[in-house]
Amino acid sequence: MSTAKTSTPPSEDRAERGSTRRRRPRGGWRAALRRDWQLYSLAVLPLLFFVIFRYVPMIGNVIAFRRFEPGGSVLGEAWVGLRYVRMFLSDPTFWTVFTNTLVLGALTLLFCFPLPIVLALLLNEIRNRKLKRFVQSVSYLPHFLSIVIVAGVTMQLLALDGPVNQILRTMGNETIIFLQQPDWFRTIYVSSEMWQTVGWGTILYLAALTTIDDQLYEAARIDGAGRWRQTLHVTLPGILPTVVTLLILNIGTFLAVGFEKVLLLYNPLTYPTADVISTYLYRVGVVSGNFSYAAAIGLFEALIGLALVLSANVISRRTVGTSLW
Amino acid sequence: MVTLATSRGYRIFQAVNAVILTGVVVVTLYPFVNIVARSFSEESYIASGQVNLIPRGFNLTTYQIVASDPMFWTNYRNTVVYTVVATLISIVLTTCYAYVLSKKHLRGRKTLVAIALFTMFFSGGLIPNYVLVTSLGLKDSIWAIVLPNAINVFNLLVMKAFFEGLPVELEEAAAIDGLSTYGILLRIVLPLSKAVIATMVLFYAVSYWNSWFAAFLYMNESELFPVTVYLRNLIAGATTSENAGAVAGDLTQAAANIQSVTIVLTLIPILVVYPFVQRFFVSGVMLGAVKG
Repeated sequence: MSTAKTSTPPSEDRAERGSTRRRRPRGGWRAALRRDWQLYSLAVLPLLFFVIFRYVPMIGNVIAFRRFEPGGSVLGEAWVGLRYVRMFLSDPTFWTVFTNTLVLGALTLLFCFPLPIVLALLLNEIRNRKLKRFVQSVSYLPHFLSIVIVAGVTMQLLALDGPVNQILRTMGNETIIFLQQPDWFRTIYVSSEMWQTVGWGTILYLAALTTIDDQLYEAARIDGAGRWRQTLHVTLPGILPTVVTLLILNIGTFLAVGFEKVLLLYNPLTYPTADVISTYLYRVGVVSGNFSYAAAIGLFEALIGLALVLSANVISRRTVGTSLW
Repeated sequence: MVTLATSRGYRIFQAVNAVILTGVVVVTLYPFVNIVARSFSEESYIASGQVNLIPRGFNLTTYQIVASDPMFWTNYRNTVVYTVVATLISIVLTTCYAYVLSKKHLRGRKTLVAIALFTMFFSGGLIPNYVLVTSLGLKDSIWAIVLPNAINVFNLLVMKAFFEGLPVELEEAAAIDGLSTYGILLRIVLPLSKAVIATMVLFYAVSYWNSWFAAFLYMNESELFPVTVYLRNLIAGATTSENAGAVAGDLTQAAANIQSVTIVLTLIPILVVYPFVQRFFVSGVMLGAVKG
C-alpha cells in the first residue's frame, strides 16, 4: 500500500506492471470523474456501507456526552458534558470489570500469543510432509467452529458428569462445578482460547519460516552451529518481523478480550472474575437501556485500544524497526 | 564426536517432538470424540459420568428428540438462508470496492483506501451500532445480520492485492476493444479471479454460518433465529436458570444429552466441507498477509 506521495510527472505510457512508476493522469477532479465515472460508481455502495455502518456509529459515540432517549435521535437530545464519564469513573463495578479485562487480556496475551510460535517451530522440524499436514489440518479445525459450539463443548467437558470431573473422581477428589467458580473462570477462558487459536495462529509463522534463506542455515552449520543454535540465531530472527507485527495487532485488541466467548461462558456467579468491560457495557446498555452511560464506557475502551496500537507501533518501530505503517 | 552428539540429541528431539505434536492432535480432537460419544449414550450413563470415548447404552433417541423439534429445522434453514444472502451481498460489495482500490491511477484512491483501513483500528462500538440498527428499523430482519458486516476489511485487502497482481495489458487491450469498465470487470477480471472469489466466498460463508451475536442482539422472534442462537439458548439454559431456554422445555432431564446432539448436528456441515476447503483458507490468509 505504499504509494509515492510526490506526484510523478505525467506520461502517456502506462507504467509496466510491478514497477513503482505509474501513470498520473492530467487534469483535476472533473477530468478524473469524466474519465473514471464508471469506477467511481462501483465505489458508491461500498462507501455507503462504510459511512452508514462504520462512520455513523463512530459519530454516534457523541451520545456518551448527550442525553439519549430510545426512539429519539441517534445522536441524542441535549449535551450533558462529562456526566457519564464521571459516572463510570466513580462506579466501583466499572473498576472491577476494568481490572478483569486487563487480567484476562494479559493472560490471553501471555499464553495464547507465544504458543503458536512454539507450535510453528515444532511443526517446522517435522520431516514427514504427510504427518505435518495432518497435524496442521487437525489443529486448524477449532478455528472454523462457531464460538457457540466452542462454548458448548467447553461446558460439556467441564460438566459435573464430564470428563474433567470424571478424572477428579477417579483420583478421589471432590467434583467441581467449574463454571460456577469465579476462581476457575480465567483458567477456563484462557485454556479454551488456547485450544481454539493455537493451530490457526501458526499459519503466518509457517509462511515466514519458508521464506528464510537456506544459505543462512548453511553458513550457520559451517560456523559449527547445531540445530538449537540455528534456531536461535537464524530461525527466530527470520520470523521476528511477523512476531512483532502480530504482537502489535494483538496489543491493539487487548481490551476487546473475546467478548462473545465471555458472554457465553460467564454467569452471575462468576461475574467477580469473568465480567469484562464489553460484557458490562452490553448489560448496562442493551439489557438495561442506559445507552449513554454504556456508550461512554465503550468510547473509553475504543480510545484505549487505539492508543495501545499506536504506541505499540511506535515502540516497535523505534526498537525493532518493524511497524504496521 | 560433536556431530554424533548433536545428531543423537536431534534424534531425541525428534522423538519428543513427535510426542508433543501427537499430544496436540489428541487434545484438539478429544472434545469432539467425547461429545459424539455422549450424543449416542443413554442418559443414565452420562449422568453418572461413565461416558468418555465410546458411547454407553448406544441409542438414537436423543437424535430423534432433537430432530422432531420443528424449531431446530426452522433455525437451521434460517442459517442457510442468512449465509447465502449475506455472502452474496458481501462478495458483490467487496469485489466492487477492491477492484476500484486496485486501480493505481484513480484519483482519490488513497482516500478510499484510508476510509476502509481506519475502520480496522477504530470502531464505533457496540452501543452506537445497536442504536443505529434499531433506529434504521432493521431489528427482527435478515438485514440486521447482513448489512452491518457487509464488508470485511481484511477480505477487502486480500482481493485488492489479487487484483493488483493481474496483468494490466489484458484490461488495456479490452479497453481498446471498446469494453466499458463494467464490461472489463465482468468479462475479463472476474473470470480470471475465480480462485480468489472462491476463497472470499468461503471466508464470508464460514463467518456468517458461525455468527450468532448479531442475531442474538437484534432478533426477538425465535422463528428468525439461526441455529447458533438455538444452540446458545440451549447451553445457556443449562448454566443459568434465569435464561432457561424454552427449547429444552419439559425435556430438561435429558438436557445435557440434547446439547451434545445439537452440537454434533451443527458441527456436521463444517466437518464435512472442512477437509476440502481448508487449503483455500490457508492460501487466502497468506495472500492477505503478504500483500496486505
